[in-house]
Amino acid sequence: MEKTKKISGTKLYRRYLSIHVRSVMQYKASFWMTTVGQFLTSLNMLLGVYFMFRRFGSVKGYTFSEVLLCSSIMLMEYSLGECIARGFDTFPAMVRKGGFDRVMTRPRSAVLQVLGSNIELTRVGRMAMAVVMFVYGISHSGVHWNVGRVVTVIFMLIGGTALFCGIFLIYAALCFYTLDGLEFMNILTDGAREYGKYPVNLYGKRMLQFCTFAVPYALVQYYPLTYLTGRSDNLFTMFLPLLATVFLIPCYLLWRVGLRHYQSSGS
Amino acid sequence: MIVMKNICKTYKVAKRNAGFKEAARSFLRRETETVTALDHVSFTIHDGETVGYIGPNGAGKSTTVKILSGILTPDSGECLVDGRVPWKNRIRHVAQIGVVFGQRSQLWWDVPVIDSFELLRDIYSIPSDTYRTNLDEMTELLGLSEILRTPTRQLSLGQRMRCELAASLLHSPRILFLDEPTIGLDAVSKIAVRDFIVKRNRAHGTTVILTTHDMQDIEAITQRIILIGKGKILLDGGLEDIKRGGSDIDHTVAELYRSYEI
Amino acid sequence: MTTAEIKKRGAYQKYASFFRLRFVMGLQYRAAALAGVVTQFMWGFMEIKVFLAFEQSNPAAFPMTFGQLAAYEWLQQAFLAFFMAWMMEPEIFDCITDGNVSYELCRPVDLYNMWFARSMALRLSRGLLRCFPILIVAALLPEPYRLMPPCNPAAAVWFVITMLLGLAVTVALCMIIYMLTFFTVSSLGLRLVFSCAVEFLQGAVIPLPFFPPTLQRIMERLPFASMQNVPLLIYSGSISGAAIWRAAGLQIFWLAALILIGKTIGRYAMKKTTVQGG
Repeated sequence: MEKTKKISGTKLYRRYLSIHVRSVMQYKASFWMTTVGQFLTSLNMLLGVYFMFRRFGSVKGYTFSEVLLCSSIMLMEYSLGECIARGFDTFPAMVRKGGFDRVMTRPRSAVLQVLGSNIELTRVGRMAMAVVMFVYGISHSGVHWNVGRVVTVIFMLIGGTALFCGIFLIYAALCFYTLDGLEFMNILTDGAREYGKYPVNLYGKRMLQFCTFAVPYALVQYYPLTYLTGRSDNLFTMFLPLLATVFLIPCYLLWRVGLRHYQSSGS
Repeated sequence: MIVMKNICKTYKVAKRNAGFKEAARSFLRRETETVTALDHVSFTIHDGETVGYIGPNGAGKSTTVKILSGILTPDSGECLVDGRVPWKNRIRHVAQIGVVFGQRSQLWWDVPVIDSFELLRDIYSIPSDTYRTNLDEMTELLGLSEILRTPTRQLSLGQRMRCELAASLLHSPRILFLDEPTIGLDAVSKIAVRDFIVKRNRAHGTTVILTTHDMQDIEAITQRIILIGKGKILLDGGLEDIKRGGSDIDHTVAELYRSYEI
Repeated sequence: MTTAEIKKRGAYQKYASFFRLRFVMGLQYRAAALAGVVTQFMWGFMEIKVFLAFEQSNPAAFPMTFGQLAAYEWLQQAFLAFFMAWMMEPEIFDCITDGNVSYELCRPVDLYNMWFARSMALRLSRGLLRCFPILIVAALLPEPYRLMPPCNPAAAVWFVITMLLGLAVTVALCMIIYMLTFFTVSSLGLRLVFSCAVEFLQGAVIPLPFFPPTLQRIMERLPFASMQNVPLLIYSGSISGAAIWRAAGLQIFWLAALILIGKTIGRYAMKKTTVQGG
């Protein structure tokens, strides 16, 4: 058989993306309604924070616009992560319907195929709300923008997206063992999005330690935020979000272990 | 060539009983039991053979197919497909096989069939001339020219199965696994699918392994039959061996199942 | 017995067997129940932590005692399945959109009543399975997280009564959405918008006493406040005395109104389905 060059992973992922865009365009009305729905879902978060600040004025020295900055960046990270890693999020259905067996009979990495199987474009709705909040946050929080701070935001988005992708990957890896009772993983995904709207140190010292060393939310949220809002000059905090991408390594290893289990048990 | 030698496979299954009391009890403690899916299964299939793999539900058919296609790792035994151990180097192995699951689709639901084919071309890294030749050949043999531009969801079951077959053969696999390819099809589509499989096997020497409950599939396609029950190979022979019991193959097979108490 | 009585008994048995089936199904998913409890426990805990931080920043602005807030949060988590509008049944939506509802229409039970009973059963079984572990653990926590006992025996009785009423209001509200689904192509957007609005207005994002007074007064009169707001505030004594009677009366009013609206939309929906054949 003749030797051919394998198409690169990114190129293949773009092909998947293009199929998803074309599929979505078959149901334009439904797509826009869901997107608007996603936008409104996040409105509750904003309203909740707004009315709390209206009553209390500030919390732990943070102003409304600073908290908005925090919640909007977290929301963007989450939306991006969910959009990309939706295939892992809906992995139980794939396993249940036998779609994963099909993945296994194809000569590409399973991770890439699962990612490609589901790309959730309606999450731009949530993203849009996050951008609105972000714009309000930066225009009222009095942050002095410079190159360092812009780069910090970009690093936060990269690190945070990777972090959420990692958590979704853990979720999918657990699906190899059981499809029952994975609801607790919502604590790490939805919970992080919901409660990540406030800087982690609001929840006390122990929570901050957990979010630094166990699941590194604080690396993409609290620490860079202290730099953004001028609470710290430490340049090191600027690069902490990139460190959060290291979290992907144990997640991937767990997936490998799960995959091996699937191959021996066939669930 | 496919060689299976003493392959064993067991599963652990959770017991789940009906009833209020049982449900309450299993809420506290769940019991599992071990089910033997394959019990020292051995056979050899040569290049270009067409094999019907039959047996009642739960006999171990799909477990065998899953092991041969690299999805499952057996507990013990040896298995070589064209010199490869399927589960050891999955990616290299599956590039050389094609799998059709009759019950589930591999085509993208909302886009034209041709888009799914092009994605498969990229997934399998099929060279463009091979892709063209294969696509042209199958478009003609399966009569796909009218439906390639139609979204999958608008196809009839028969049309979809023809597309599924094409999709599984675009990368010219040496071995084709068919899991109930004619299930739910009308008479015309069934015949079209059977004819195509036979032609493909003759023209390209593709090894075909077919699991089905439709004995007419077996008669039309396969030269050899492997009967499995309760995880054991019960019979391995030609169509004549089965037909000896009478001309009605359905009755003969039912008789066989009964005689082996499966 | 008259034929009408026999008919009624038959219908009652159908609903009862539905409930039993649901409960057994709920029991079987042990791991799911456990995971749900853990998740909801974490949720309540985080929620209380947020309020604690705000309380420490500005204690004077806190509209209730912290114990009352903690009770509100734990009860909300424990009885989540009773009051969350987004916990609708996918099976019902599926059977409406794919047209299988025509089979349901052939059965000799009223569709509205059947779905109502089914949703009540599902929510009751889910809620009852999950509430006790949360309530017990929450009651054992140290201050300020501890779940306090009901403020007096009468409040406990009223809590149970208004909670059942609140559950019925929640289901009646969801029934309206099911019935509206007959008229839309894609129900997903409708569901999302509806769930968000209800979540906010019922006091699930932040409890109603935390809103500015004018807004609070308006929200209290809407049907959404008749869901979790009434029983949870009665438990901790935020609503007491004559206000309890008023709140319960309003719950009954809204329950009747929502059922009436739901049934009316349902009648139009049935007409549409039978005319168009699904």
